[in-house]
Amino acid sequence: MTTSAYLREQRDLADGILRPGNTNCAGCGMSIGLQWLEQALENERPTLCIPACCGIVTAGSFPTSAYGVPTVATTFASSAAVATGVASVYAMNGEKDLTICWTGDGGTYDIGVATLSAAAERNEDLLYVCYDNEIYGNTGGQRSSATPRGVKTSTTPKGKAEPKKDMMAIMAAHRIPYAATLSVAHREDFLRKVRTARRTKGFRFLLMLSPCPTGWKSEPEDSVDLILTAVRCGLFPLYEVFEGRRYRINARPDGEPLESYISRQRRYRSELLDLDALRAGIEAQWAYLEAMERTFPAGEHE
Amino acid sequence: MRADPAGVLTGVHYLDGDFACGEGAMAAGCRFVAGYPITPSTEVVERIARRFPRMGGTFVQMEDELASMAAVVGASWTGTKSMTVTSGPGFSLMMENIGLAVMMETPCVVVNVQRGGPSTGLPTMVGQADMMQARWGSHGDYELIALCPQSPQEAFDLTIDAFNLSEQYRVPVLVMMDECVGHMTEKVIVRPAEDIEVVPRRLTAAPRGEFQPYRVDGRPVPEFARAGDGYRFHTTGLTHDERGYPVMNAECQEKCVRRLVDKIRGSAEQIVRFEEEGTEGADIVVVCYGITARVARLAVHLARERGVKAGVLRLVVVWPFPEQRIRELARHIRAFVVPEINYGQIVLEVERCAAGQAAVVPVPHGGGGVHDPSAICQSILRAAQ
Repeated sequence: MTTSAYLREQRDLADGILRPGNTNCAGCGMSIGLQWLEQALENERPTLCIPACCGIVTAGSFPTSAYGVPTVATTFASSAAVATGVASVYAMNGEKDLTICWTGDGGTYDIGVATLSAAAERNEDLLYVCYDNEIYGNTGGQRSSATPRGVKTSTTPKGKAEPKKDMMAIMAAHRIPYAATLSVAHREDFLRKVRTARRTKGFRFLLMLSPCPTGWKSEPEDSVDLILTAVRCGLFPLYEVFEGRRYRINARPDGEPLESYISRQRRYRSELLDLDALRAGIEAQWAYLEAMERTFPAGEHE
Repeated sequence: MRADPAGVLTGVHYLDGDFACGEGAMAAGCRFVAGYPITPSTEVVERIARRFPRMGGTFVQMEDELASMAAVVGASWTGTKSMTVTSGPGFSLMMENIGLAVMMETPCVVVNVQRGGPSTGLPTMVGQADMMQARWGSHGDYELIALCPQSPQEAFDLTIDAFNLSEQYRVPVLVMMDECVGHMTEKVIVRPAEDIEVVPRRLTAAPRGEFQPYRVDGRPVPEFARAGDGYRFHTTGLTHDERGYPVMNAECQEKCVRRLVDKIRGSAEQIVRFEEEGTEGADIVVVCYGITARVARLAVHLARERGVKAGVLRLVVVWPFPEQRIRELARHIRAFVVPEINYGQIVLEVERCAAGQAAVVPVPHGGGGVHDPSAICQSILRAAQ
């Protein structure tokens, strides 16, 4: 490689969303998500609005900051509201820049749900991505309303009693133009959905199940395979919802047992783990999704 | 009344301030805690989440700090001693509901393990810059009580005191810890339950038809009826009369809010608490609180070695402020020196009370660490010149 080619590559890396070298844990799904987001958006440089979450720790300190694009760190509850301000002014000035909320599950399912709901209802022109690691990772592992039933956290020492909140259903109920789930084990599907979201006007919501070896008490090298297993056993359905009404399922369960997902995460070793209840939840979810897709299928060109 | 042994972990422990605070709450009879994860306070609720099932307490992890403080208000109105725990950003979100608790005269405890601010600031590092927010953070005129522990032992002891004061005066009591005290680990002695005095909720014995939730009959604080006890019951953040129902006029505002303010101001001399060392005959008095008090003591020692007559006044209760004692000292000393981990908050109170009779020297620190004792010592030496 010539010197100038090397320098150009370094400059390109510096201008990307996620620069090489950061303090994220090994096996962090969010890091994969940021890299694939960058690949899907090709050379575009979006503006990121990030609330309190691991994603804002990723930013790091000068001069080693990991984000190569403009980044606004918001208060915990308000990434969708801050992004509303950013996106509105871009629109007012006739700029085409993409505004992205990059948030964890705490900032989406819990403290941020009011601002998220309001921005969705106003159909703000922004892309909201939730990387859902099902735990408050930044503060050392407390439960969130995205934590599945039976999972042990520092505030649910016997395991969480309540099932996970269905955020996709909540967002679909807002009748936003586009909502989809993302898997860090299905790259083509991931890139296609980000591109679909990019082409769509209005509020777009993407939900990514994000493996977290630190919080899940799993092995970093298992991260991608865990998500593949979550999709194969039906725990994490890959699907899209258009206008909150038309459904398309992207992958169906193939009989992979739930145990091969659960057994590799020590967070599930709790008094309240109830595999039958988890299986019943998965079956009910699939019955619902299949019925919705059958009754309200997405159009051929959507 | 003696503490319920179920919540008292009698023994000699090696605990950090956050854990000690949680133990203090359980010893005081707290059986409802609502909270939201935030550094450096999360360990308090993590401790409680593990320990509560053994004593029949309920911990709820809420969706944010607004909800945490609101849940505490609701739980307290069932007669259950209730608490929430947070740090700077969460404390800001709690402010509206702290005002509601003041207006409705809801006994409750709010712990703030202070970190560097403003905004997200320094999540894992020390600050003492929420002291004025503790006093004035919610809108409107009000008074409340704030305590400042300097050690894990005091985190335990003062959390018990906070619950007792909140019951006695029917007011939110703030435990204004700091990250250093919260995260330092020291010996903590938990006395046997029979040696721990707790103040129970003062429930009314009035006949059903006669009870009025805010009638005081000359006492500073009304009697309490639990929601669901069968009394006609209404409580609100609106300006209200003795029946608890809203009255929108200046006369009722004067009566309602005046009493809320006076119940603390009128008892300030019983509530204020401070410790003095070497202030007798001193030329310089260092006024300090929390972790800074421990640094300041070394500074005073260094100054004394250089021949300066210096003493320490440590605030244990910060709000209400010990106005009378500061005024007395101001008449006899040359200067107050006020180190604190902010750019000048409590020093303003000292200055107000000194009223020009003694010099007042701030020793600010922006946060993220504690003072260098020699910096405080230099300020003492300069003030003594």
